[in-house]
Amino acid sequence: MDERHFGAEVTEIPDEVRMRLSGDLNARADETLAAAYERVVALGPRRVSLDFGNVGYINSTGIALVVRLLAEARRDGRAVRAIGLTEHYREIFRITRLSDFMEIVEGDAA
Amino acid sequence: MTALTRPIRRLLGRRETPDNAAPAAFTTPTPPAETTDGASIAVDIPASDPLLAYLQTASGPVDIARLELDSPAVRAMREAGVALVVPLVSQGELIGTLNLGPRLSEQDYSSDDRRLLTTLAAQAAPAIRVAQLVREQAHEAAERERLDQEMRVATLIQQQFLPRELPNLPQWQIAAYYGPARAVGGDFYDFIEMPGGRIGIAVGDVTDKGVPAALVMARTHSILRAEASRSDSPGEILARANALLEPEMPARMFVTCLFAILEPGTGRIVMANAGHNLPYIRTDDGVVELRATGMPLGLMPGIRYEETEGVIAPGSNVLLYSDGLVEAHDPNQEMYGFPRLREAMTVDDAGSELLDRLLETLHQFTGADWEQEDDITLVTLRRASGVSDQAGEAPTMTTAFSIPGEEGNERLAMDRVAAAVVDLGIPPARLERLKTAVSEATMNAIEYGSQGRADVPVDVEVEATPEAVIVRITDRALSGAVPDDAETPDIDLKLAGAQKARGWGLFLIQSMVDSMDVTTDGTTQTVTLTMARKEQTDG
Repeated sequence: MDERHFGAEVTEIPDEVRMRLSGDLNARADETLAAAYERVVALGPRRVSLDFGNVGYINSTGIALVVRLLAEARRDGRAVRAIGLTEHYREIFRITRLSDFMEIVEGDAA
Repeated sequence: MTALTRPIRRLLGRRETPDNAAPAAFTTPTPPAETTDGASIAVDIPASDPLLAYLQTASGPVDIARLELDSPAVRAMREAGVALVVPLVSQGELIGTLNLGPRLSEQDYSSDDRRLLTTLAAQAAPAIRVAQLVREQAHEAAERERLDQEMRVATLIQQQFLPRELPNLPQWQIAAYYGPARAVGGDFYDFIEMPGGRIGIAVGDVTDKGVPAALVMARTHSILRAEASRSDSPGEILARANALLEPEMPARMFVTCLFAILEPGTGRIVMANAGHNLPYIRTDDGVVELRATGMPLGLMPGIRYEETEGVIAPGSNVLLYSDGLVEAHDPNQEMYGFPRLREAMTVDDAGSELLDRLLETLHQFTGADWEQEDDITLVTLRRASGVSDQAGEAPTMTTAFSIPGEEGNERLAMDRVAAAVVDLGIPPARLERLKTAVSEATMNAIEYGSQGRADVPVDVEVEATPEAVIVRITDRALSGAVPDDAETPDIDLKLAGAQKARGWGLFLIQSMVDSMDVTTDGTTQTVTLTMARKEQTDG
């Protein structure tokens, strides 16, 4: 039940760069997420996957951080997809219409 | 070269080697160098050594071999082979020295050499000072981070052991508040179910702060729970806890603790006290202290604790509290004190209202800029005054608690609400939605109602009727009412940069629960979230 510190690990895999996120995605995740996305930009992939498999909590500020990342990626012509979201957060991505702009992959990976 | 740092001023020179041309090279102050050939060697200059004052005012390089000064540092430098010392002065402060061995030619340093060294020192000193300041700031930042980390750990430990829900007793209203100070202390409270429907109530305070206090608090909490399962005598429970804690208690630490056992049906309360503040009881006849004395836990072995017994009559209030409340100070350093607390107790109000009013009175006393010095714990019990308060109502479950209005605590509120409703059989998807709604509504309450201030609490009440779960989140409306005409978030506009990325909170709450209502009375704002316990046809 503890709040968990946010982490973001960037790895290059064929055809894309994956951001493995962990912990709580809230206001405190801001800098870590931004710094991780800068590393993605430096690698310059055509697609970035956000792996939420180890994220247990996302609040509205966390949603805003995803929106910001998505906006940046779209400006750079980069596709974004989400992996490993729980059913609850898939619902939240649907009602916020984030899912209209990023592919939501059910299950762990694809 | 030597950089001087307080309180230890250390002088470093360099030993001469055959192929090492003088002057001796620059050295850094730490770590102290090895004394192998060619390596730097360290000379400590105590702050009291006259050489420091001499160098501070010297106009240029100082011939150390010829310097007539009764100074242990000068002798040490000569022994280390230093011939010339160039003071490095920045803004009038001696920040280091450049130490040189004898010239390889064995001739004295010329006046040209000295001019060059003086110029070099004048240019190097400010740059070295900047580097020193950067290093000091980095050290300070690392230290601050370490302390912050320790406080986060202490808070986590503390929160683990606070009750997730309050006892739900017919005819009783129980409310609790725990407000941690910035340097988290060791306050705790607990409710323990005992045989025969009785409730054990513990309120305690560990001396000291931070992780050590939190660990002792955790240990005390566990011992009290274990002992309460073996005995129904508060005095015996405290005596056993003392016997277990005393051998392992860190130096200069101890625990004050009040342990009471309440029989909800009759109002009978038996308590024993290990050096803790005495509880106040408010009846129609006035405010009285329930007296019991005893040594704090962990100070010495073999302590016995006397027991006091009383009956809480219908309509009475009881307050148990830690000294963070009575020892709070106003801007003029006056203490809140017992008389004010007693006065605040004289008003007749229902359980949770008493808690609110005590906090309000305290905050009026301390003023807005108060930095809370110690943890504050309050537990209030109210026995319903006969038929009028609660009798005859349908059986509903109610849990109430308060959280400090500090960013991040929405997670705590969310987890406690989830724990309160865990046994109601709400479908998991609905429970997740309720959690998100509670978290978002609490975030708003913290951001606007408390303006992020830990001393301005947010109250959360969970009520479960047979049909629905109702969560009421009440804040102190410091920023006035939250506007209900906030723009509807639109992802197209947000992605185009025409709307800020934030602003999802209210939208999420409304999407998650069956209804959301906002009411305000000028001083507080309450957001009421309602969610049916069973899945509707909403999918």
